Amino acid sequence: MWTLLQIELYKIFRRPRTYIAFVAITALITIVQLGLKVDGKEYAAFVMADLSNTLQIDGKIINGYFVCYVLLQLLLVHVPLLIALIAADMVSGEANMGTLRLLLAKPISRTQFILAKFFASTIYTILLLVWLAILALFLSMWIFGTDDMFLLKNNYAVQIERVDIFWRYAGAFCFAALAMTTVAALGFFLSQFAENSIGPIVATMSVIIFFTILSTMSIPIFNLIKPYLFTTHMVAWKEFFDVKVNSDNETIRGTIQRPDRLINSALILFAHIVFFVGASLYVFKKKDVLS
Amino acid sequence: MMQQVIEVNGLTKHFKNITAVDDLSFSVREGDVYGFLGQNGAGKSTTIRMLLTLISPTAGNIKLFGMPLHSHRKEILQQIGAVIEKPDVYKYLSAYDNLKLFARLSGVKVSEQKLMQQLEIVGLAARAKDKVQTYSQGMKQRLGIAIALVHDPSLIILDEPTNGLDPQGIADIRNLILHLSKEQKKTLVVSSHLLSEIEQVATKVLIIDKGKKIIEGESAQLFDPSQTIIELITVDNNFSLHQLQKSGWQKNLQPQREHVLLLKLDRKLIPQLHRDMVNMNIEVLSFQPRHSLEDYFLQVTSGNQHVDAFTN
Repeated sequence: MWTLLQIELYKIFRRPRTYIAFVAITALITIVQLGLKVDGKEYAAFVMADLSNTLQIDGKIINGYFVCYVLLQLLLVHVPLLIALIAADMVSGEANMGTLRLLLAKPISRTQFILAKFFASTIYTILLLVWLAILALFLSMWIFGTDDMFLLKNNYAVQIERVDIFWRYAGAFCFAALAMTTVAALGFFLSQFAENSIGPIVATMSVIIFFTILSTMSIPIFNLIKPYLFTTHMVAWKEFFDVKVNSDNETIRGTIQRPDRLINSALILFAHIVFFVGASLYVFKKKDVLS
Repeated sequence: MMQQVIEVNGLTKHFKNITAVDDLSFSVREGDVYGFLGQNGAGKSTTIRMLLTLISPTAGNIKLFGMPLHSHRKEILQQIGAVIEKPDVYKYLSAYDNLKLFARLSGVKVSEQKLMQQLEIVGLAARAKDKVQTYSQGMKQRLGIAIALVHDPSLIILDEPTNGLDPQGIADIRNLILHLSKEQKKTLVVSSHLLSEIEQVATKVLIIDKGKKIIEGESAQLFDPSQTIIELITVDNNFSLHQLQKSGWQKNLQPQREHVLLLKLDRKLIPQLHRDMVNMNIEVLSFQPRHSLEDYFLQVTSGNQHVDAFTN
């Protein structure tokens, strides 16, 4: 199994296509950082326009932590495409190249083959998020410095102390890894049914777009199915940045307002991963390799 | 006594309404170069894929090295090297990297020296570090064979190994097959739709058409010019088959095709067969001697027009 995993990772990282995602993330983040560095004050004024008459804020609103939050909000919508590019190609790409028959004629079990491929795409996903964290968090901290974080939610504002932020990002990135692994698992599952990469990549993105639309529309009939859609739970990383308050409406350091939501979302995403990987195993073990 | 390396019994594969392989039985002995002949779409590749567990059979049993394939898959596949149709490998890797990768997948650790030796055998050592995307079809084919051989298997399966090759490439593959058989004592299964290719290397031949066995036998006998295949169509084939099975012609009977009885015999025995059939009250509609295997193979694989003319 370990050998198979090493081989899968070797193949992923020897393909030029793999680095498209890393380059795309680097380009997007540096452009946003550059924009905020140049015009950050205007951006802050625009964001805080509604509160400027009622609230006096000292310190740097556009700091590394805030920039990272903006970047995560922007990018975690688009990163699934980059994940699908690799995960949805894992089996269909081998079928397309004609190497699937060669691989499966070797003395390796289909279960090990599928698990090694899924773990390899998970590692790729995690490495992509680590790269995202390095650029979005650490580079932003270096460029913009650190301060307390001020966030505007739908009908309230949250201020999180500087010393109380870093662990939240650690948790948010771990949660994002779980959410993106769900996307990888979906792409991987769809990859079983095709003999070219385009179909599963487009299908993965279509499912995500379709579910995201259902998740965000406030129509009663959709509300029934929303709790079961993984896209509803993919954005639950934001729960790390909702803090409990005391009776004086002061934030309580080290708390999350609704940890139960976070746990629930994590469990639902995990259940999706188990389902997609289990279904992949079931389908693949019965599959006739005709490519 | 030589061990049976492959034993296939009643192998059948249906794809929805299509029967790709139909009740196929054959065996391959240790040391054979087993020629697997049939036109494109005859069921050769489907059979080979079933031998390699790429396709699961609808019915039938497969034993390799005396072990059932379904329960000893790993042990069996460790002893097999295969090139299945096109020799597709990772084009973004070099020949050396591909060979190393597939050696590891075969469960063996091969030294750099051994890998280079293997590439030397197939004539790719000079281009070992070049990416495969720059290779010609012939070079890819040779790399496919190197991959099949890298873990020193005792059974080598080559599915249409000369497809897309120029005459020199075809000759190289033929020489390699003979080398592997004679010098390294490997067992080989070589499929092709060209009789001329198989004729030059095979010790035993199986011809299939529409998934069914047409004929199987030792090359020395099948390619013997004195041997003839008789295609026989009678008024009542079941009765005729029964009569022939009871007679001394039992040993000459071949697996029959639809509406056609086949007998393989020495040309000198044809008059005797005529006399015996009259005595057995077999009423003959058509009696076609096929003078060579090639004649027979071409007739069978060119759409059965001749046979159909009699059976319609």
